[in-house]
Amino acid sequence: MTSDKRPAAHVSSRWAFLHRKVHREAIVGWLFVLPALVMYALFVLLPLVLTIKYSFYKWNGVGLSTWVGLKNYITILQVPNLIGTIYNAFWLVVWFSFIPVGLGLVVASVIHRVATGQLGAIARTILFTPQVIPLVAAGIIWGWLLALPGLINQILKVVGLGVITRAWLGDFHWALPAVGVIGIWVLLGFCTVLLLTGMGKIDPSLYESARIDGAGWFREFVAITVPLLRNEIGVCLTVTVIAALAAFDIVWVSTAGGPGNATAVPGIQIYILAFTQRSVGLASALAVMLMVLVVVVILPIQWLSRESAR
Amino acid sequence: MRVARGELWAGRALLLVLMTLTILPFISIFMTALHPSGTVPGGLEWPAHPQWGNFVTAFRVAEMPALLASSTFIVLAVVPVSLLISTMAGFAIGLLRIPGSRALLFLFVFGLTLPFSGIIIPIYFLERTTGIYNTRLAIVLPLIALYMPFAVFWMRAHFVNMPTEISEAARVDGATTWDLFWHIHVPLAGPPIASLGILMSIWTWNQFLLALVLVEDPSQRTMAGALGAFQGHYATDIPLLCAGTILILVPTLVIFVLFQRQIILALLQGSVKG
Repeated sequence: MTSDKRPAAHVSSRWAFLHRKVHREAIVGWLFVLPALVMYALFVLLPLVLTIKYSFYKWNGVGLSTWVGLKNYITILQVPNLIGTIYNAFWLVVWFSFIPVGLGLVVASVIHRVATGQLGAIARTILFTPQVIPLVAAGIIWGWLLALPGLINQILKVVGLGVITRAWLGDFHWALPAVGVIGIWVLLGFCTVLLLTGMGKIDPSLYESARIDGAGWFREFVAITVPLLRNEIGVCLTVTVIAALAAFDIVWVSTAGGPGNATAVPGIQIYILAFTQRSVGLASALAVMLMVLVVVVILPIQWLSRESAR
Repeated sequence: MRVARGELWAGRALLLVLMTLTILPFISIFMTALHPSGTVPGGLEWPAHPQWGNFVTAFRVAEMPALLASSTFIVLAVVPVSLLISTMAGFAIGLLRIPGSRALLFLFVFGLTLPFSGIIIPIYFLERTTGIYNTRLAIVLPLIALYMPFAVFWMRAHFVNMPTEISEAARVDGATTWDLFWHIHVPLAGPPIASLGILMSIWTWNQFLLALVLVEDPSQRTMAGALGAFQGHYATDIPLLCAGTILILVPTLVIFVLFQRQIILALLQGSVKG
């Protein structure tokens, strides 16, 4: 930091010159940051502060607002349909995060062991494809696959499970897992490829000595692959958990939160409360809770994966 | 590596099953798109008379040329500006180490986990007040800002590892800070800037929530936002909906096939550093 106590000019003019130069450089440096900082402040930090402010008011978005203190937060905790969105978000974590990361580990180690050549390269590209298409498109595609005449039911009938066919996304019990399946389809390839890259960095001699000791696929997987991939597993968990807690596109397009509130997640409920029901204060309180929730869940994952990597 | 025969075949079989499951949804909507408009076919059923005209109809009703133009405009407005200002900020924080750079870095990193839905409400009201609501600018400006945490973090990670000798040598030759940035360090930062550009282009093209909330007119939206509107209008006409979805997917898939190595690499690095 530049201090305000400048040395008296007569002590050393050279010193004063240097001091001015450093000062000028700091100002020029700040000018480089300024455009990014201004955009960030106007469209991220200011809205963040305003969201917190709105959350203490009752406001319909048009008329006057009234201060209600913590009432919006209490309402969210008490009304089952509102607090339920947070339960649903945690359920989605199982489908969007745990299954793709777990299955991704298995698939990556399979590719690593048996398909190092052409097949592995093709598998990587194909499995990754769902990650680059818009989530909206994934939602539309699966909305049709999971419909009553869609592909999933057609396959079930062929394999003799015709009795369990249903409109999956319209079923109170099955809609949330059905949305979860869409998440697996989108995220599995991403996790697989990321974990595979990590496996490429593991010293092959570790596997060789394990094999000399007669270790099979499973022992090798548990004793070498998983522990040495903690860092990559941490990254996969972080990305997919955020995708689950902050889910919007897939859910909005495939179910819009229904049937009833069976698949309503915070993102959906914030949108409905703010822009169709005009309960801006309540929506903002839910938004604050969502943002806090994401940080609270992500921080331990970061700590665990970084610490143990050392 | 020596692997038992049985395991080899079991592993390959698993991969083939998973690849099939990944591709099957695309095949299903393609076959469905060829059925007569307004009918409800089975999920995987080749039509007796393929209706290739559905693609022409979808192209017309979805106003594809306008959509492509709008999405391209938004990407071209967001990505270069974001690249420039985040590179400048990353340069000042990582390489010049200006006073307060640690605090600045912390401020930007703080935004990394912020879900868009958390701050969308005030953005909507701010844009209504300032009058940019329902224009392309309504998507462009917040997107640039929302990319800043990641972009600044990413570029700073590059600059913090650059040796300071390069800058000192240039300084001796009398280069200004801008010269140092534009003529020396930007050319050296090519690969991370390119990866960041790829990432932000994909994210912008696929952005849905901002388009849904901030722009009512689909022809002013991003590709994903327009697809959402298209679904709203044609939800009951499944073959037409599938044809429209395929048309909207084609540009993305073509780009992915052409640049798959760079795209996969950028997305992986992006998540590791994030």
